[in-house]
Amino acid sequence: MPNAFWCIVEDDRNGSPKKVMAEVIGEASRLAPGKVEAVWLTDKATEAGLKQLAEWGAARVLLLEHAALAPYRSEVWVAAAAELAAKEAPKAIFAPVTSRQREFVARLAARLGVGLAADSVGFVLEGDSLVATRPVYAGKLLSKVTWAKSPWVATLRPNVFRPADAQSGKTAPVERPPVAAAAAQMKFVERREEVSTGLPELTEAETVISGGRGMKGPENYVILEDLGRVIGAAVGASRAAVDAGWRPHRFQIGQTGRTISPKLYLGFGVSGAIQHLAGMRTSKVIVAINKDPEAPIFKIADFGIVADLFEVVPELTKEFKKLLDK
Amino acid sequence: MKILVTIKQVPDTATQVKIAADGKSIDTTGVTWIVSPYDEFAVEEALRIKEKRGQGEVVAVSLGPDRVKEALRSCLAMGCDRAIHLNDPAWAAADTLATARALAAVVEQEEPGLVLCGRQAIDDDMGAVTAQLAELLGWPCAYWIMEEAIDADGKSVRTARQVEGGLEIFDLPLPAVLAAQKGLNEPRYPTLKGIMGAKKKEIKDVKASDLASAVEPPQLSIVGLQALPPRPPGRIIQGDVPTAVKELVRALREDAKAI
Repeated sequence: MPNAFWCIVEDDRNGSPKKVMAEVIGEASRLAPGKVEAVWLTDKATEAGLKQLAEWGAARVLLLEHAALAPYRSEVWVAAAAELAAKEAPKAIFAPVTSRQREFVARLAARLGVGLAADSVGFVLEGDSLVATRPVYAGKLLSKVTWAKSPWVATLRPNVFRPADAQSGKTAPVERPPVAAAAAQMKFVERREEVSTGLPELTEAETVISGGRGMKGPENYVILEDLGRVIGAAVGASRAAVDAGWRPHRFQIGQTGRTISPKLYLGFGVSGAIQHLAGMRTSKVIVAINKDPEAPIFKIADFGIVADLFEVVPELTKEFKKLLDK
Repeated sequence: MKILVTIKQVPDTATQVKIAADGKSIDTTGVTWIVSPYDEFAVEEALRIKEKRGQGEVVAVSLGPDRVKEALRSCLAMGCDRAIHLNDPAWAAADTLATARALAAVVEQEEPGLVLCGRQAIDDDMGAVTAQLAELLGWPCAYWIMEEAIDADGKSVRTARQVEGGLEIFDLPLPAVLAAQKGLNEPRYPTLKGIMGAKKKEIKDVKASDLASAVEPPQLSIVGLQALPPRPPGRIIQGDVPTAVKELVRALREDAKAI
């Protein structure tokens, strides 16, 4: 339908949309009620996944299903999506911030000759324009941007926008347009899985624990992981800890690592260097535990305890366990 | 093999940024400028490829005002052979697409076998130019690469890209565009010899009229910059550790409703 707000589906590679899509669809629905369409590029969608998109509020699902669409390659996705966009003339194209969506929508915007607002944290409709807000300069300032013409292409930072409430039993028509699968130049070789910690993914987690230089060594992260298991939190690290070789880079929170925006952030032995704040300052509730009362992180923390983290963490694990076992 | 590395000059992370009088840009007085950290990974990787192959040329290219020469000079000091400076007021309001268009025109003139970029610039964090450049050139592209290896005859490159939950390994035919992620390498510091040598290397000034494609108006424009809304003042919880922890857990549950 012309003037629709497209939501590009990020999935788990097993046929189900990721939870972050509730936020993308929720925000699109707030801006354009009844005009939200889920656009899903995949090699396999499940019925349950399609149903989920409708329950979150998609009025129509455009399913581009083709073996060539997995694993993701920007050149193949862009060809398929651009052809559909030419036919459908959407007003906006939204996607969540993930490694592949950041590349895909940038490339799609170039194909369509339109602007892109990456990693947006807010939207306002002003007359017939959309204005997006995005953090810039290590999160020290907010930039308001607008598009010269539609479709307005944007990626949305996870955990910032209010997720749509799923309406049980709501359905939406599913259309399966023909897929223009471009011949791929890139050849897939293999996928190397990370050793799973059994804890949530950093950028998706609602609660994130971070360990900084105060952790004193790689062997001590196990106490944070124990706490993480109790409260269902991801465990990350500051740049100081990553540069010291205590944690792999994929766990780094900050400017040269992952940007997170959880409901609850707990920093242990994290000083709060600007480059760390850049990656977590949009967290809703910030807790800091540090021996040093002058640590800059206390300036942005909602709650702080000035104490030795090695005394606090076991105590906190015990207290949370008591609370959550009730 | 000729390798083109795109770099951006950005304010140092620790520098204070103030909004300029126009409300849309930052006041550059007193700002310390650096090469965006991810771009240094790209420069380092290009230099390593050249060293490993024992031949080739590494060309650094950047778009921006006169001050950008300093950033290009530090890339030359690291070991790049020459630099291209896209320096024209016509690009003052360039968005990612306009920047990618200018870079694509340079690529068409230079015909490199590989383009290396940083994952994103740490000023506006848009992370889009790499993909948009690949699109305009019709080249394959891999984001967030943690490893790369070019085959002996220089026809293709094997890359490991970082995705949620792991690494995906792909073979890309060359020419291709790659975006460097932290972890790809450890960038070198320029040696004194490198710094001295850089003064003699060429930085070519390029105006918009020197390129085949015309400057188009930006598709995305900045309406305004604003300071962050202040966070409500925080609370330091006092008392011995067991007492403070009990109070923290209570406050997170009952006051903040965060757990």
